[in-house]
Amino acid sequence: MANMAQAIRMALHYGEENLGLKEIFGEDVGPPLGGVFTVTQGLKTTWNSPLDERGIIGAAMGLGAAGRRCVAEVQFCDYIYNTIDLLKLAGMQSWASNGDWNMPMTVMTPVGSGIRGSIYHSHSFDATMTHIPGWKIVMPSNPLDAYGLMLACLKDPNPTMYLKPKALLRIRGQEKIPGEPDLTPEGEKQLKEMIDAPLGDRSKWKARWPQLEDYTVEIGKAAKVREGEHLTIVSYGRTLPLAVQAADQVAAEGISVEVIDMRTLWPYDWQMISESIRKTRRVIYVNEDTEVTNFGEHLVRRTVEELFYDLEARPKLLAGAFIPGIGLADTLEMASAPQLNHIVDAIREVAAERA
Amino acid sequence: MTMEETQLKRSSAQTHTPKPSRPPMAAHLAPTKAKAASSPKHQFRLAPQQLIQIHDLMVKSRVLEERLIRMYKQSDGYFWIGGPGEEAFNIPLGLSVKKGQGPQFDYLHLHYRSSGILLAMGAEPISFIRQMKNVASDPYSGGRNFANHASIKAWNVLPITSTIETQYQTAIGTGIAQMREGGQGLTIVNGGDAGTAEGDFASCLVWSTRPNEELPILIIVTNNEWGISTPANTQHGESHIADRARAFNIKSRTINGNDVEESFFAIREAMDYIRKERKPYMIEARVSRLYGHSSASGANLVTNESDPLTLFEDQLESAGILSKQEMADLREKYNTEMLEMAKRVKEEPLPDASTIYDHVYAGQKGKYW
Ligand SMILES: Cc1ncc(C[n+]2csc(CCOP(=O)(O)OP(=O)(O)O)c2C)c(N)n1
Repeated sequence: MANMAQAIRMALHYGEENLGLKEIFGEDVGPPLGGVFTVTQGLKTTWNSPLDERGIIGAAMGLGAAGRRCVAEVQFCDYIYNTIDLLKLAGMQSWASNGDWNMPMTVMTPVGSGIRGSIYHSHSFDATMTHIPGWKIVMPSNPLDAYGLMLACLKDPNPTMYLKPKALLRIRGQEKIPGEPDLTPEGEKQLKEMIDAPLGDRSKWKARWPQLEDYTVEIGKAAKVREGEHLTIVSYGRTLPLAVQAADQVAAEGISVEVIDMRTLWPYDWQMISESIRKTRRVIYVNEDTEVTNFGEHLVRRTVEELFYDLEARPKLLAGAFIPGIGLADTLEMASAPQLNHIVDAIREVAAERA
Repeated sequence: MTMEETQLKRSSAQTHTPKPSRPPMAAHLAPTKAKAASSPKHQFRLAPQQLIQIHDLMVKSRVLEERLIRMYKQSDGYFWIGGPGEEAFNIPLGLSVKKGQGPQFDYLHLHYRSSGILLAMGAEPISFIRQMKNVASDPYSGGRNFANHASIKAWNVLPITSTIETQYQTAIGTGIAQMREGGQGLTIVNGGDAGTAEGDFASCLVWSTRPNEELPILIIVTNNEWGISTPANTQHGESHIADRARAFNIKSRTINGNDVEESFFAIREAMDYIRKERKPYMIEARVSRLYGHSSASGANLVTNESDPLTLFEDQLESAGILSKQEMADLREKYNTEMLEMAKRVKEEPLPDASTIYDHVYAGQKGKYW
């Protein structure tokens, strides 16, 4: 089964072959490395850029303006902060020109904790990014969605931000990407041999791509990954699989949890979220960005404003500690961003609250 | 322009803002006395027809900017910024553009002093007047943006932004598209001298000279020796901004942008080189800033900078191409036309409040979430 890095790579290949994707670039994105997380190995339109994040975003904007489809990578979202005004401009081009220009371009960047990345390789970007209008923002939590969301971005006429949860890039999926080899250990090995660059000399290596098919996850559509009765958890990215695990764990205690994977942060699927909350009457939003002016706070606000009388418990946000970064030591990282035990505790707390 | 500038505008209406002292003046910027009658006949290299066309556009551009300033002063607009003093460079530039849509044509990543370029390309003065008055019919931003923030997709003119220097970043991208797709199209980017301190300017130099991936970009700096109020010589130690090109083996020149023919031929040479060699070229054009930085500093005529239009008119008269009377008549004609336009625009409606969400996304109308 493909892992998320392979799934994104296959989506980019599909884009090159079928969706007019012509430039994939960023720091160390081209050969020989193919990206610090191997996401861009073996693709035909990749190239290495100067070490200049502002240049990367500016180049993507100009390419978008020229109608030349690109995916630009910022190596870690920790280093995207010096491009904020350019991200604002990209999101603004259509609006500021009253519809004269649009800006088809995709930026991808790894986000979040989970790989012991310490202070400068563990930041999240969803809170900051969702504050910038004009972008569509996606964040997969499994390989199949990673594939489908990338194709959706490549088909969209607007700037799209593709947040890659770095803790999940090596996790294998449970569903087959249309066209990938069989879901067996044999198929897994086969895929690796086909599309993972070998260690050592790669100068003669060429990827052998499976016959991939179109598969799009519509931007703005969430997924219900667990049906439940007593409580809704809304999450995305790294914390989504943890939410599912937590739901499975508390099921034994008789708490039935519905889990929604947002998949798209903007525009988001309020219909699915609100219907679920109306049903369960209790909600926990979970993400790992820092908790103050967190995207989840917006969702809580909307929950309170629109669903107040449907609630049986206070809506809760479980998010990262409001500190400058994530400390390296295991104890520090575990205490800084939501982990499985935090989610389980939060479920018990909210489930137990009296109406 | 930022909020503080809008506020500056308001406060400067009430309080006296001290006039900053001038940096030592470059020779070409020093005001010259009109000496047409006594000096020997001026020799032009361009044909009379071309000179007359350039003059016409220079006057049109100047009168437009002066109309916009008047509109500001009469409260028919909240803020003015523009390009009076840059006409001798901007008109020849606009006339040299390969105009059209897509990578086979020139892309323009401009700053807010570029009305001359756009008028020379064929833009309508009334479009600028509409944007100044922020009426719904403003074709550049639908009443959303300041004056001189044009956007013309059909001519590859990207939306002009107030953010200093970011245009040197977006220029990289259209440059890459043109490098890949071949042909004759090039990318033009312009901006002021103070902005070159931003990293974005350096980005443009680095990205346009990656080995074997050079980009067809005309990198222009219009050097008026000022930021808003900060003199260039208090912040910049380099002898010429154009010298920075040398480290990247970019061909470059510093020219007197107040001289029509010097500008014209420098631009043509640069463009010919870029179209053929598919490599960048830098022009630093020394220009004047005739009405200060913007309305934030009062938008009043300064008398200690040379006026490229006066200089050119002296030359035209001396060469016997146009008489003072003809030139005065032309100015009057445009004055009347643009006054009429401003009156017309004054009656036009502002954008409807219900449109605030329109176009946040491509093709989208109304609230989107
Ligand atoms: C990124 C950014 N910083 C600051 C400003 C405020 N600002 C507007 S114009 C200006 C001076 C620009 O000077 P220069 O680059 O020489 O261009 P000029 O206006 O003289 O043509 C400043 C500081 C801005 N608009 N954008």
